[in-house]
Amino acid sequence: MSSEATVWPSTVEDENTDGVTVDSREPATPASSPGGGSESAGARAWIPARRSVPRAAFYGIAIVGVAALLVSLPLLVTDYVLSAILVPVLALALAGVGQNLITGYAGQLSVGSAAFMSVGAFATYDISSHVHGLPLLASFAFGGVVAGLVGLFFGLPSLRIRGFYLVVSTLAAQFFVVWLFTKVGWFSNYSASGVITAPKLSIAGIDLSSPGGHYWLSLLVVVPLTVVGRNLVKGRIGRSWMAVRDMETAAAVVGVRTGRAKLLAFGIGSFYCGVAGALWAFAYLGTVEPHGLDLDRSFQVLFIVILGGLGSIAGPFVGAAFVILFPVALDQLGSALVGGSVDPGLLQNVEKIIFGALVILLLIKQPAGMARLLHIAWIRIRRWRSRQA
Amino acid sequence: MAFFLEVLIGGLLSGVMYTMVALGFVLIYKASGVFNFAQGSMVLFAALTLVTLIEHGLALPWALGASAVVMLVGAVAVERVVLRPLVHAPPMALFLATLGLAFVLEGFAQLVYGTQVHGLEVGISDAPISGWPIEISKFDLFAAGVAAALVAAIGILFQTTRAGVGLRAVADDPLAAVAVGLDLSRLWAIAWGGAGIVALVAGLLWGARVGVQFSLSLVVLKALPVLIIGGFSSIGGVIAGGLIVGASEKLAEVYVGSHMGGGIETWFPYVLAVGFLLARPTGLFGERLVERV
Repeated sequence: MSSEATVWPSTVEDENTDGVTVDSREPATPASSPGGGSESAGARAWIPARRSVPRAAFYGIAIVGVAALLVSLPLLVTDYVLSAILVPVLALALAGVGQNLITGYAGQLSVGSAAFMSVGAFATYDISSHVHGLPLLASFAFGGVVAGLVGLFFGLPSLRIRGFYLVVSTLAAQFFVVWLFTKVGWFSNYSASGVITAPKLSIAGIDLSSPGGHYWLSLLVVVPLTVVGRNLVKGRIGRSWMAVRDMETAAAVVGVRTGRAKLLAFGIGSFYCGVAGALWAFAYLGTVEPHGLDLDRSFQVLFIVILGGLGSIAGPFVGAAFVILFPVALDQLGSALVGGSVDPGLLQNVEKIIFGALVILLLIKQPAGMARLLHIAWIRIRRWRSRQA
Repeated sequence: MAFFLEVLIGGLLSGVMYTMVALGFVLIYKASGVFNFAQGSMVLFAALTLVTLIEHGLALPWALGASAVVMLVGAVAVERVVLRPLVHAPPMALFLATLGLAFVLEGFAQLVYGTQVHGLEVGISDAPISGWPIEISKFDLFAAGVAAALVAAIGILFQTTRAGVGLRAVADDPLAAVAVGLDLSRLWAIAWGGAGIVALVAGLLWGARVGVQFSLSLVVLKALPVLIIGGFSSIGGVIAGGLIVGASEKLAEVYVGSHMGGGIETWFPYVLAVGFLLARPTGLFGERLVERV
């Protein structure tokens, strides 16, 4: 999938050409222009010239603004939006980032994300119920590490086989983990139904049991991990993953340690899935049972990545938002059309058809997914605005 | 000993059913190098079409013929809409597209035909044949016979007919095949049509056995370990793989699973397949791949 390899680099190029055209049209306004403010520059002040100081400031202010908005969201939206939309979107997006590290970047197919999520959730639960007084984030990290090790183990066959043969290994993980947590009572602390209940959520004495608290907890976990993930894929490890994905034999020939790269992808990706599973169980559902994280959930995470964008860090967030919001929108639309509540089974089937069709359509028209479509739209708007000016 | 044999033969016969499903995979994989995840949904779709036609009063042979036509038309549509635009896409994109196709088919089948379980009667009893020392049902023998006939037919088609040779050429090297003038679209449509027919037969047999319901498309996941063990591109391997998976999962369930709380059938074939992958990545009969930069 060489086209995905260039998702972000090519967008940078787009910005470059954009900047170049602007510069060539106005050679008289050099780097000193931003402060001076000729009339045309003033009209475009909201898109400062590339590499100028105000542009950095612009992005700085934008980042601070977005951060402030994200943190203060619980004051702006209802509890329903927080606990039924934002928290699951964040959790699934994190799982999507993990899946994308494995599939979108390292090119290893996995349909076991839900298994790794499940391992993360149960491990987090077990450590917090056996070790009293362990900080919440530490138990999340423990869940992630255990999930990472399990992922590493089921990724071992990738050392000997390539491509979609791995589906079988990750399917083995999926079915085995569900069976294990159903049959072995120790993992669910011998609760009769095999269902675990989340412990009380608090960090450093601050109670997080309100919907807003759940959201803040998710944000606190997801944002740093996303930043780390972005740096990973931009760095040496990410380059080696993409080399393995684009042509493994060639990568090995030029000295990429392919086995190590693949195992790292499985380990780190599953770590992300594990933490996402803990969030899913504790911050979203408040409980988890093994069958709640079954093969269908794995497919859901895979779809999030395909729809949002293979080989992109922003993609899973777009994809997760779509996957969570679309059924809600479809339900509303259905009720509006029929004038009453629609049979949920019918909606589910319609949803399946549309998801499947969208996956095919995006693979054909835009393999880099919705994140890329949004980015293209953004660039078009900017071009249009700069032409107006 | 009699009990062991019964479990073994029961397992082998259910392995025949897995073989039936795996055949559809092999057909498409051999012809186009695509790993078709939608094969399971095709089985479900075919079986639901068949059973709905029968419930509307059509006789079995007519219903079979009509369903076959539906599957063939579907195959041509899939080639046009999904495969042709993705000719130059990497294998993973094609695989993911078939995953999308699986969702479309499952949603569509249940939307049109409903979600309830349908019984399917083909007129052959599932009761054990009386008088034999080991219990084997007539239906299982029938299923085994059908599978054997299907395997033989596909083998002959691939080896002797012009389309079969063309399909093998495409599988070997699509570019070279197109260069010598083979019609890629037509061959892919043939392969998918063949897989559709195989799915119909598999749906008929599985449906008669466990009822036509959504779980059919999950049963089909068991075809994956069959393929791994047998090798993706070998028809003979699929038979061996199917028998190994069927027999070993039943034996494991009875003799090992009973000590582990039961239910290990759900994951045992996959773990077995992973073991095979580690020991013999090409499967029992698969071809060894040579990679060049």
